[in-house]
Amino acid sequence: MKLEQRKDLLGIRDMSREELELILDTAIPMKDIIKRDVKKVPALRGKAMVTVFYENSTRTRTSFEIAGKYLSADTVNLAVATSSVQKGESLRDTIKTIEVMGFDLMVIRHAMTGTAHYVARNTNMRVINAGDGTNEHPTQALLDMYSIREKKGTLEGLKVAIVGDILHSRVARSNIYGLSKFGCEIRVAGPSTLMPPEIEKLGVKSYYSLDQALDGVDVINVLRIQKERQQSGLFPSLDEYANLYMLSPDRLLRAKDDVLVLHPGPMNRGVEISSQVADGVQSVINEQVTNGVAVRMALLFLMMGGSRDEITN
Amino acid sequence: MKLLIRGGRVIDPANDIDGIMDILVADGKIIEVNENISDEGYVLVDAGGKIVCPGFIDMHVHLREPGFEYKEDIASGTRAAAAGGFTTVCCMPNTDPVIDNASTAIFVRERAAKSGVVNVLPIGCISKGQAGSELTEMAELIAAGCVAVSDDGKPVKNAALMRNAMDYAKMFDLPVLSHCEEQSLAADGQMHEGYYSTLYGFKGIPAAAEELMVSREIILAELTGAHVHICHASTRGSLEMIREAKAMGVDVTCEVTPHHLLLTDEIVGSYDADTKVNPPLRSTEHVQALRRGLLDGTVDCIATDHAPHHMESKDCEYNLASFGISGLETAVAAVMDGLVNQGLLDVEQMVQLFTIGPAEVLGIDKGTLDVGADADITILDPTMVKVVDPANFYSKGKNTPFKGQTLKGWPWMTIVKGTIIVNGGKIV
Repeated sequence: MKLEQRKDLLGIRDMSREELELILDTAIPMKDIIKRDVKKVPALRGKAMVTVFYENSTRTRTSFEIAGKYLSADTVNLAVATSSVQKGESLRDTIKTIEVMGFDLMVIRHAMTGTAHYVARNTNMRVINAGDGTNEHPTQALLDMYSIREKKGTLEGLKVAIVGDILHSRVARSNIYGLSKFGCEIRVAGPSTLMPPEIEKLGVKSYYSLDQALDGVDVINVLRIQKERQQSGLFPSLDEYANLYMLSPDRLLRAKDDVLVLHPGPMNRGVEISSQVADGVQSVINEQVTNGVAVRMALLFLMMGGSRDEITN
Repeated sequence: MKLLIRGGRVIDPANDIDGIMDILVADGKIIEVNENISDEGYVLVDAGGKIVCPGFIDMHVHLREPGFEYKEDIASGTRAAAAGGFTTVCCMPNTDPVIDNASTAIFVRERAAKSGVVNVLPIGCISKGQAGSELTEMAELIAAGCVAVSDDGKPVKNAALMRNAMDYAKMFDLPVLSHCEEQSLAADGQMHEGYYSTLYGFKGIPAAAEELMVSREIILAELTGAHVHICHASTRGSLEMIREAKAMGVDVTCEVTPHHLLLTDEIVGSYDADTKVNPPLRSTEHVQALRRGLLDGTVDCIATDHAPHHMESKDCEYNLASFGISGLETAVAAVMDGLVNQGLLDVEQMVQLFTIGPAEVLGIDKGTLDVGADADITILDPTMVKVVDPANFYSKGKNTPFKGQTLKGWPWMTIVKGTIIVNGGKIV
């Protein structure tokens, strides 16, 4: 089975469970490659990919780049800050310019919702959405699902709490769309001003009380709170936010004993998560980053024409 | 020149006419509306199977001239109007310079006389420079041909100024048109706030952003006794307040657009900026409320808010795209197909909403087939089926979410002051 029939990966919302499982399964042998002494396979030799990030990123951009390199694809990063974008070049022209250099695949992150879809419509390159505004961050959800499945053995029937700024979080949306396809019970918790309207229609339960939301859960995914949200009047202070929503060792006791703690990074220690929890035994935050490389390798491999059998045999 | 329009179903709601009749036109005026008119020396228009109406009026369009001719100009915009079945359009003053003084209004009318093909009635600004601080010279604007005042896309924030504007306009029976938007609530919003904004990950514009301002305008209209007209009402709450205010005797009228009547926020999931419009496409409950408002008389007229844009301001990131839909050339067909053909609106009611409805809002001598009136006539072909293809638009604005839709029932002929401007859906 391949992912070739899919030109782009723009969001989890329109993906099938089978497609998600294929990617997660393919990521298992990819993770083995990362652990090898010689971390290079020729699977994508002769393929070229470019990452185009209109927003800052440490993990996502670097992991896409190294994922491509481990698979022998030629990988280029467009440094938006020093590119012609700063001279006012339109997105459409930028994409066209990149396309005609012969790239097979573009990874794009943009601060505005729907931009990956716009790019995909306007290019023959395959497009992977590395985060579009407040919409989706599909590869983050894939690596979160991979991390959970690896530790728990399955996703089926797990209770997962997603905590924080649900309104602006593309990580939350992609996780909700993904986990709900695997029959998880999803809870979202956060202040009422950061809860999107009619969120429960997405098949989740919403909580203002973090304690209630954490009761008996298998997984807690803590979202980053952006300081600008306080300045725009959505909550009164980081201090009050931390009092109400910071994941602390005390609060962790409400969850199951073997609860997993995830965070997409970068963390605000002492705001949405305490250092004890972030660095504690239940945290898989660092492993998420490794898994991010594996999942992105799987995705690049499947989208640029690889079949899963090639890598496992 | 004489025209005899023979054998069409004539619908003239103002005169309570609905039947197979002939219309005789001479020297730009309507001479006779009757069964089996006999005369000679005329050009015959065989209107068998067609619906013959008073010329349609669109009281809310953006012709973009002067200042934004790359988006639209009076020549292209009035051709789009004619092709869309409209014989009269009212153009909003957010041009560059804005229509806040007599000379700009006169410029627009002179340009329309020279390069336009339909009647163009300018709307003047409420405040100088649309800046929301000082009133315009409304008496001069009226003398220059303005039929209403509005700051349109820049709603008057200051309630005291709006009160004064209404109070002052009342002296001249001048309607004050309000684009109702509390901008602090709507800020950065891209689509209607609700389930689909959550699903698609957009910042929403709540219905309350419109409704807050509708409530203010109604309260100020009651206070001043002025006539306030709510532009592009799009929410259930707005309609409820307008309905109640009308019942209380407040002088409030409103328009709705074809896109708010026919499309919902679900289509924003295409992430295609042609779906981006302000007020935004709403959810089904609001659409249903607007449709009820058409039937019970809460809605006075249908207007397009024709907002042509240059390709670059739509073919881009959704957040960066301009708000607006190029509506003149799809309005009538969309309403025919989506409401009339579905049995949701009588064709007589539709004709009223496009003719005497807006004429009464504006207090203009249009929208009827009265003997002696200007021979502005719109003829519809209820059987014509066409796919909406923006490439064929006369408008420079190709931005329409109706693109690709197959619609049945189109404007067939447009006659302005006795001259055939459009025949078979095409400019003559």
